Amino acid sequence: MTELLDVRDLRIGFPLAGGRTVFPVDGVNLQVGRGETVALVGESGCGKSLTSLALLRLVPPPGSIMQGSRILLDGTDVMALGAEALRQVRGRRIGMVFQDPMTSLNPVLTVGAQVREAVTAHRRLKSSEAKARAIALLGEAEIPDPAGRYDSYPHELSGGLRQRALIAIALAGEPDLLIADEPTTALDVTVQAQVLELLDRLRATRGMAVLLITHDLGIAAGRADRVAVMYAGQIVEEAPTARLFTAPGHPYTRALFRSIPRLDSAVERLAQIPGGVPSAEAWPGGCRFHPRCSEVLARCAAEVPPVVDEGGGQSARCWLPAEGRR
Amino acid sequence: MIGSLRDLLRRAWRHPSGRWGTLTLIVLAVLVLVGPSRLPDPFVMPDVLAGATAPTLAHPFGTDQLNRDILSRVVSGGRVSLAIALLAVVVSLGVGATVGLVAGYTGGWVDALLMRLVDGALAIPRLFVLLLLLVVWERIPLWALVLALGTTGWFGTSRLVRGEVLRLRAEPFVQAATALGASASRTIARHLFPNAAGPALVAATLGVGEVILLEAGLSFLGLGVQPPTPSWGGMVLDARPLIVSAPWTAIFPGAAIVLTVLAVNLVGDALQAALDPRSA
Repeated sequence: MTELLDVRDLRIGFPLAGGRTVFPVDGVNLQVGRGETVALVGESGCGKSLTSLALLRLVPPPGSIMQGSRILLDGTDVMALGAEALRQVRGRRIGMVFQDPMTSLNPVLTVGAQVREAVTAHRRLKSSEAKARAIALLGEAEIPDPAGRYDSYPHELSGGLRQRALIAIALAGEPDLLIADEPTTALDVTVQAQVLELLDRLRATRGMAVLLITHDLGIAAGRADRVAVMYAGQIVEEAPTARLFTAPGHPYTRALFRSIPRLDSAVERLAQIPGGVPSAEAWPGGCRFHPRCSEVLARCAAEVPPVVDEGGGQSARCWLPAEGRR
Repeated sequence: MIGSLRDLLRRAWRHPSGRWGTLTLIVLAVLVLVGPSRLPDPFVMPDVLAGATAPTLAHPFGTDQLNRDILSRVVSGGRVSLAIALLAVVVSLGVGATVGLVAGYTGGWVDALLMRLVDGALAIPRLFVLLLLLVVWERIPLWALVLALGTTGWFGTSRLVRGEVLRLRAEPFVQAATALGASASRTIARHLFPNAAGPALVAATLGVGEVILLEAGLSFLGLGVQPPTPSWGGMVLDARPLIVSAPWTAIFPGAAIVLTVLAVNLVGDALQAALDPRSA
């Protein structure tokens, strides 16, 4: 399969005072195929949002993408693009839906004006055509009465409608890849489901790939074809969704599943992962999960584990399968 | 979070001082615009021998030492004073907003250079610069006076706009615009400027009062608007020797200055209060 997005050895460095550099994203490999939904799952601070920003070369200064990182979008080397070519990638090839619908819309412009702006950022259209296109996009994002909502200001819309407006904006450039960074975190559970279903329908009708970034395994379960689990700046496990949920390969993934409340078993107390997420300033040596791992081996603290292909599209960065002990 | 400019104006109007200030300004503007055509000619041939006469029905504000009608001079002087103030503030708002947007958006050495220049300019008293210019340039034309007042009044505005831009650049919607391929000029024009316009507008409103007072002060010193063109400051200057024997010659133009500056400041206060989310 030819991959739409192929990220190799992505490292993002932030210089610290004193000349040291930390790497919140440290060697990420990620592939997304055409029309595929991939979920990137991880805790806060694991580097998943930074990874998504890097795909658009929008890493906030003073951070920067390190030499040797490769980002290929449909064969184009995103790392080598100049400013204008980069602008054509942003919005046109890769659309982005942001996390917080409350602050991601400009409060002083009408929703219609903002969708229309995204339309005309990449295509020259007559004013009437641009407006018609913007209303069509609002309709496609399943906003009721799109022509009426065109003249609404963001504060006049509910959170769910605002998130739909953000989706309409992200669709305006007709991107091949839609990045949705925690698209439902700010929404009620019922609205969450509607927005996720909308994204899935749009993916199907437009043949668009979706990179879904979330901390919620439940969200990943229903929609994604594949799931990549991220921990401490690295992808620790990658597998087709069904396989990940039935046979998680990495102790971190297994620990995550144990800490999800279940309806079918009566436990007093949820399992938790001991310790806290390490900071990028002090990633543990060896396997980065070893201080919190319940299945830790002697060599885990000293040696960096390899990425082991476990077959069926599943791979894990762990010594257990490498040593044949699981 | 501040909504649209329209919201801001609506909230300012609900504020009592905003309403009173606006109404006063509207009345003043109407008087100044239609007044001169219905009043005696302020340039009428002076009658030096008649001298200053106290207010009568024919001359409700009295006449000055050259027997010119003070009401009509206050009204046409208002035209000059208000026009100068308005234009000067438009100039300083334009320059200040542009410099602030460029400095805030570009950042780096451009920002540092522009802001150090502003720091330097702020250290020199405005009145001193104006006095120097006006002493060197005798009988200064009105347009040059407007430019001089405008180009010495934008430093604070540029600081304010730059600060707003720095805050806005970190807002998700500005980052979202970049992520969706908006160019720099579009980001500035559509996202940064409209959101920074509120505070700049407040500063500009308060600047109007300042410029009216400055112009009055300069004219009072004989350096601003040149006679026979009437201006409020100039009229107070002319009234100086008569202030005891014919006080109406100073009271009415002085009251016009006070009333205008008060009204403008009331509007500015109301806008400021409307901008503050805690008061909304």
